[in-house]
Amino acid sequence: MKAADSLPANPGASLPQRQVALIDLLDRLLGSGVVLTGDIVLSIADIDLVRISLRALIVSVSGQHPAPWVSGAPHPPTLP
Amino acid sequence: MTGPYLAYTYAVALDSEGLRHVVATLPGVAASQVHLVQSTSGGAVVAAVSPVPAAEFDEAALRRHLEELPWLEEVARAHHHVIEEIAARTTVLPLRLATVYLDDDRVRAVLDERQDAFLDRLARLAGRLEWGVKLYVDAAAAPPPPPPADLGPGRAYLRHRRVEQDLRQDGYRAARTAAERIDAAARLHAVDHVRHRVQQGDLASEPGANVTNDAYLVPVEQAEAFRAAVIRSTDGLPGVRVAVTGPWAPYSFAAPEQEEESAP
Repeated sequence: MKAADSLPANPGASLPQRQVALIDLLDRLLGSGVVLTGDIVLSIADIDLVRISLRALIVSVSGQHPAPWVSGAPHPPTLP
Repeated sequence: MTGPYLAYTYAVALDSEGLRHVVATLPGVAASQVHLVQSTSGGAVVAAVSPVPAAEFDEAALRRHLEELPWLEEVARAHHHVIEEIAARTTVLPLRLATVYLDDDRVRAVLDERQDAFLDRLARLAGRLEWGVKLYVDAAAAPPPPPPADLGPGRAYLRHRRVEQDLRQDGYRAARTAAERIDAAARLHAVDHVRHRVQQGDLASEPGANVTNDAYLVPVEQAEAFRAAVIRSTDGLPGVRVAVTGPWAPYSFAAPEQEEESAP
């Protein structure tokens, strides 16, 4: 290994391996982090549609909750 | 026309010594092998890519798969693993799940075209990590006291409801105080903030009602101070709980401007 491997090229080197909650991961992988729109896949609008239907699915699994974001509006904060 | 394979793209990153070795041993989504794609000029920005079967990742297949939770979880975790391994070695811009190009040449073209924008964004993220902060109001912080025995069932019910509502109101008030303390900590230690939707539904397995779901971008050297302040934010506040996740690669801060407006 070269010396550079042992240097903290980025202090992020301490990211521990762990099992994260899927919902936290999906918030990040679907809810943010677009830098690029791929070729094949899906315009931005389509991705939003996927996200919305996916969110609806995740909520509908539990049954009764309406999906407040179906309109496309961010969920309102519930703090009074 | 698409070939049998497509180029699944995980991240754009600053090239660094040793990154190639690390990536060469990384399993990607669909058990594919990850590799780095460079820009034509061989510049400092690279993309992590792996070949995935078109039959599983073309548009029609993706539409279908993205609704299947087991498939989604497998791909999300594989994607995340690649991001974590890269983030441990260099500054990374994580891409959204299922960012797929026709082939490596198309990825290279995007690197060529957007190199300066990527470099700007990477410079902003260097030495910073994302922390997740979620506030929960505990629905049953303290069991309501039993109503006096001389109340009829109707009045006892109403009394019970009122006590429950009061407790919940107390919980929300406490959550607002905690949120203000977190905001103060963020002013001291964080450089950016994104608000995610509150978590609900079957996957939201933590107890209580999630009332805020935020991400903060924090310089690595301030991480401990920030985390400690956030954890202290609920001190002395019954009925409210804070959950900190991270450190994350800067998923929520990879896009130059936020797509989702902060909630008012």
